[in-house]
Amino acid sequence: MRIVLYIWRQPHRDAPGRMVRYEVAKVNPDMSFLEMLDVLNEELMNRGEDPVAFDHDCREGICGSCGFMINGVAHGPLPGTTVCQLHMRHFRDGDVLYLEPWRARAFPVIKDLVVDRSAFDRIIAAGGYISVNTGSAPDGNAILIPKEIAERAMDAAACIGCGACVAACPNASASLFVGAKIAHLGLLPQGQPERYRRALNMVAQMTQEGFGSCTNIGACEAVCPKNIKLEVIARMNRDFLVASWRARREARVEGFG
Amino acid sequence: MSTAGVSVRGEPAVRFYEAAIGKKIVMAVTGFILFGYVLVHLLGNLQIYLGPEQINAYARFLHSTPLLLWGARVVLLAAVILHITASVQLWLLNRRARPVSYVMEKDPPAGYASRTMLWSGPIIGAFVVFHILHLTTGSVGLPYRELDPYHNMVYGFRIWPVSLSYILAMVLLAMHLYHGLWSMFQTVGVHHPRYTPWLKRLAAAFAIFIGAGNISIPVAVLAGWVRE
Repeated sequence: MRIVLYIWRQPHRDAPGRMVRYEVAKVNPDMSFLEMLDVLNEELMNRGEDPVAFDHDCREGICGSCGFMINGVAHGPLPGTTVCQLHMRHFRDGDVLYLEPWRARAFPVIKDLVVDRSAFDRIIAAGGYISVNTGSAPDGNAILIPKEIAERAMDAAACIGCGACVAACPNASASLFVGAKIAHLGLLPQGQPERYRRALNMVAQMTQEGFGSCTNIGACEAVCPKNIKLEVIARMNRDFLVASWRARREARVEGFG
Repeated sequence: MSTAGVSVRGEPAVRFYEAAIGKKIVMAVTGFILFGYVLVHLLGNLQIYLGPEQINAYARFLHSTPLLLWGARVVLLAAVILHITASVQLWLLNRRARPVSYVMEKDPPAGYASRTMLWSGPIIGAFVVFHILHLTTGSVGLPYRELDPYHNMVYGFRIWPVSLSYILAMVLLAMHLYHGLWSMFQTVGVHHPRYTPWLKRLAAAFAIFIGAGNISIPVAVLAGWVRE
């Protein structure tokens, strides 16, 4: 099959970019989307041109490296799928596809389809951890966790931090990502000691990074390759509300703030 | 790496209102107050169907205790100011968050109401100003008699462009309320896979009740069902 691509080309962070038309003549329907780009890049290199830069690593849909917009949809048209797991059989011969990088102030473009997502790393560093005793490994089932809680935490933990939620959100909000992390750790007993400080710190970092606000539209939920639900955003809001209240009380008792 | 946002002691790393969530919670609470008012206001309006004596007596009753009347007005004005201030600040934040837009834009899968909050809001705000000038202060040159809402509504709504503006504003209000009503629960952290779909249906029911209830009055006047 033949695919026409319009791809955002931008040589580096500070250079202006533009959409460039490419044609991939012999696309095998069993190729993944990234393999199709590999074929394009090989042709570009043979012609002595600069290959299209895109992020990828595992190509199994679990690492969170890949992702760009295909015709305005993050990770493309197949729900619950990263772009590396999207195969060309979901497209038709002669399809015209627009490929663009995630667009957000907090995600500056590094090159072509590659964006700098270290804002997510800083949000994780601000509160995406739990405290444990060092030393020998604890017994696996020393802390009992109800099955339903474990599953809900696992559902939130499925977030791979790809950034599709930010890309799809009309406000470039990171609420689904931050909500997933807060829900994942906050549901489990191991996450309780830092639960409210985590909500404050991660929300503070999210604010500093320049992400927008949630308007409960649900565009993030629709494109999330791991099907994270809006429920995690409500949980973040709740933990932030309780945390703001508690922090004030603590500040009064201990005399700072 | 910047860790300036991190707090190690216990004080808030970001003050409540500095965070977008804090502003959203302010919008949710003030939105709830305004919804409560709109609901009570409709129940008052519907008394037009019980005749001029009933609704005019209700108007006199509302004006009989100036402390309550002005207390309510002050609370509502404060709610409106906070609601608008927070929405403008969030709008600016969200505009800044995506400086470069997509070449290929695709509408999110969400409903019409959620995407149009930003312009349904200002239009409703402008309508409220007109509405107060029309039926509270009587200063837009339309027929007006102090404490005679029956007369004011009947003679005001007989002018079809006036009725039309009321009807359009109420359609927008219903849409605004539909998204706002379930959103306020999400914003303060109430979400449940079983109950949230019901909450959305309940929000739709209230939105339609308020929209249709208010629209029925100019329609009834224009149709001649409610007359002097």
